[in-house]
Amino acid sequence: MARDTEVLVLGGGSTGCGVARDLARRGLEVTLLERGNLTHGTTGRMHGLLHSGARYAISDQASARECIEENRVLREIAGHCVEETGGLFVKRPEDSADYFEEKLRGCRDCGIPARVRSGREAREIEPFLAPDIDRALEVPDAAIDPFRLCVANARDAEAHGARIETHAEVVDVLREGDDVHGVEVRHESGPGKRVHRRSGSTETITAEYVVNATGAWAGQLAGMADLEVAVRPSKGAMTITNVRQVDTVINRCRPKGDADIVVPHETTAILGTTDVEVDDPDDYPEERWEVDLLIDRLAELLPILREARTIRSFWGVRPLYEPPGRGTEDPTDITREFFLLDHRERDGVTGMASIVGGKVTTYRAMAETVADHVCAELGVRASCSTADEPLPGSEELEAAMDDFGLRSPIARRSRQRLGSRTRDVLETDEPNPVLCDCEGVTRAEVRDAIAQSGTDLNAVRIRTRASMGNCQGGFCCHAIANELHPAHDEPVVRAALDELLKERWRGERHALWGDQLSQAMLNYALHATTLNRDRDPARTGESIDYGAFDRGQTGDGAGAFVGEKTTDGGDR
Amino acid sequence: MAIEDDVLVIGGGLAGMTAALTAAERASRVRLLSYKQSTLCHASGLIDVLGYAPDRSGPLVDPFDAIPDLPQGHPYERVGTDAIREALHFFDAVVGDAYRGAHTDRNALVPTGDGTVKPTARYPASTAAGLASRPRATLLVGFETLPDFDAPLAAAHLRETGVPFETRGVTLQFPGIQRADATLTRYAHLLERDEPVDAGAGAAPARTVLAEAVRPHLEGVSRVGFPPILGDEHHAVVRRDLEERLGVAVFEVPSGPPSLPGIRLERLLFDALEELSVRVTTGVPVVDYEASADGGRIEHVLVDRNGQRVPYRADSYVLATGGLVGTGIDSSRERVSEPIFDCNVAHPTDRYDWFEDDAFGDHPFARFGVTVDRELRPLAADGEPEFANLRAAGAVLGGYDYAAEKSGSGVSLATGYVAGTHAAAEVRG
Repeated sequence: MARDTEVLVLGGGSTGCGVARDLARRGLEVTLLERGNLTHGTTGRMHGLLHSGARYAISDQASARECIEENRVLREIAGHCVEETGGLFVKRPEDSADYFEEKLRGCRDCGIPARVRSGREAREIEPFLAPDIDRALEVPDAAIDPFRLCVANARDAEAHGARIETHAEVVDVLREGDDVHGVEVRHESGPGKRVHRRSGSTETITAEYVVNATGAWAGQLAGMADLEVAVRPSKGAMTITNVRQVDTVINRCRPKGDADIVVPHETTAILGTTDVEVDDPDDYPEERWEVDLLIDRLAELLPILREARTIRSFWGVRPLYEPPGRGTEDPTDITREFFLLDHRERDGVTGMASIVGGKVTTYRAMAETVADHVCAELGVRASCSTADEPLPGSEELEAAMDDFGLRSPIARRSRQRLGSRTRDVLETDEPNPVLCDCEGVTRAEVRDAIAQSGTDLNAVRIRTRASMGNCQGGFCCHAIANELHPAHDEPVVRAALDELLKERWRGERHALWGDQLSQAMLNYALHATTLNRDRDPARTGESIDYGAFDRGQTGDGAGAFVGEKTTDGGDR
Repeated sequence: MAIEDDVLVIGGGLAGMTAALTAAERASRVRLLSYKQSTLCHASGLIDVLGYAPDRSGPLVDPFDAIPDLPQGHPYERVGTDAIREALHFFDAVVGDAYRGAHTDRNALVPTGDGTVKPTARYPASTAAGLASRPRATLLVGFETLPDFDAPLAAAHLRETGVPFETRGVTLQFPGIQRADATLTRYAHLLERDEPVDAGAGAAPARTVLAEAVRPHLEGVSRVGFPPILGDEHHAVVRRDLEERLGVAVFEVPSGPPSLPGIRLERLLFDALEELSVRVTTGVPVVDYEASADGGRIEHVLVDRNGQRVPYRADSYVLATGGLVGTGIDSSRERVSEPIFDCNVAHPTDRYDWFEDDAFGDHPFARFGVTVDRELRPLAADGEPEFANLRAAGAVLGGYDYAAEKSGSGVSLATGYVAGTHAAAEVRG
């Protein structure tokens, strides 16, 4: 029987997008399904660290070696997604000196360049480090934009013939006897989503092979095929500050623990993280103690964080997996390795594999492993090219680039985001005003993102960073939404706007004190007082008796209402 | 030696300026201290009195029908209906022709920049022709380089709200603006000075070129709305000229920040302060105070001037430093406070009880502020006045959600008026 596609990849995070890219480049026909927008699950909810491997250099040297290798690959193929910040593992007086030495040896064993810095030298690199930091280890950690990375993988997959479907939730896995041969998917489309097909329609997609790359949701997904995959989802909290207190990744050099990393990310710094096992990756408490812990604990390294303005907090769920029989209690002890579960070998069910565990830094290697496996299963002989071919946007930048009529900091920021696509996106004859002042995002960039992702403004947000700065969208969400018009009509634009505002508020709630509470009140006042968005008759559906209200007086206005014609048969 | 005044008003927003003006009519030496730019530059310039009841019913046709039912502690309940009316009369007299709406108690419905409508009690003359409660076929005009206001979308949204008139929108290029990052005042000045601009057919005055660009879209309408950029100080002249050229009424659609109508209102009030010889000292924060030995009165406040703490003394003081936005109310992870006098601000201890999960929910933080007696004296936790000679006005007051109620300007006017009156009475007494 003819199948709709050769390979179905389930999950639009870094792993799924990486697998789709890899297989598409090997010439396979690929369809990727993601229930939200790309990065909707765990990838979009991480601290943006590109590991050097130093973190695992003692506890898990295999992972450490893989990290440094992939770290080097990503700097090459994903230049516009990576900021080469460097990283420091800093030691406070009370932290173990033995551990510090062990970390240094571990790095050397794993081929991770590491250099010892004195406390004074470390503070020359990062002046806000606490005065009693006594030593530091300098390693090639970096910051990575997981959104840009995922989108670039998906774009490259599409360029090689893949079909990428977002807002497409798998509602059933089709299994006949001991063979998985496809899925049933529900397209959640319509206002606020990617408007591209009938809202709520379902589709059956059959495939030669199904890859379950749904991370923390892999257990639920496998369950639809009556298979058991025991993922151990573990939540982690992250808090974002409004400026970069540091330009280097700061790690605390001690065995393990919560709240031990600060990653500079674009205009902000991200404080991470906690590690608590949860039952349901879609429903877990986001708790105050986690936010407080991040600030208080990390202020031991960077005292300035105590007074920092935080703009929001967010939580991600790690897709941890432990092979049967290990019985680890504490989630922080569960391995960060990844596992390819071949359900044929493991459960006697053909046509499907699950990929679990792992981390964004090694997403490409994970994808390569999966793609090798799929090719072997399907008898395809094609080799992997993803380590050598740059991702879209990361090809060599043209040396001489116009400024596109933009103030230079804006043009520079746009270029950092767009990489080699800058010219294509920004070259326009039309006026190109800045829509998001905090992040310097112009109309052309927003329109480019809308062309890629439809009416889902959160998908526009992750592509552009629009609405991710100080004001958290208070001043720009509506200007971004305006760009959906006139291609989409007013109710669709309104629904898309409301969805973006809702998502922004979700994270802001965790940062409501000091300057950010002022900002929240200002945003509320702007949207409610000035625009009356909270009581908009179009939203509430209330019918208003306009005639009962003040109609003004004849003679109102500057002159005498020059030429004003009435439409109601007279000026009452 | 301290700088001496009868009444010292801290805060240069609508409440502070109203308090200073009211006091200056009754006392001889009044000073207004302001630190940062007032929040009026964020404001639409509309004077809302009460658009929705605290239970969110509305829009209210007549705010005075609902005011008697406001809960105890609401600033309007504290000052009473008569004082609200007096304050509005006072405002009407100060702003004269620049504002409309005094002819009736009823609210007007004004179209907003994204095409909703909102109830308001007084509106700038520049907005008057555009009332959504005035049924006239309408054209909205937006500009390519001003992305906040999408005129065709706003028109479509107005249709969705059920306005009783036809409405269309069009987006044009603004004559004479090349760069997409020009400031709003650049637009206003181009029109106000009627600068020559080149629209392809040689140079012509900006207003002429704008009118020519709008004319082909007028068919069937009797009024045209623009973003609020039609001139700065002489906006009435700009608007009148455009009306004559277009043969229809012209109005401005109120917008978010930065907002020229808000800045114009600020200028009007500052002119009035000058006329009444109120001393205005700007750019300096009040950082501390000195109380009398028994702690019952404020002796003087301390102002930070380039690191020097300079005392300012008065018989009575008005605290009009704003709410969370103006930072008259401050907060940390642990508590909410009033930073100058540390007046009591009631609030839940757990900051996760300060907000609702819905973005437009009934947020407790929106009601944060000081609690006052009927003379507007801030009250300590024991219910006694913090100081005999301190009164509070405007958004520093708690107990109301101005964003949900659309009551911000009205509360600032009414409480500014009452605080100023009492502050001055204390001097004479």
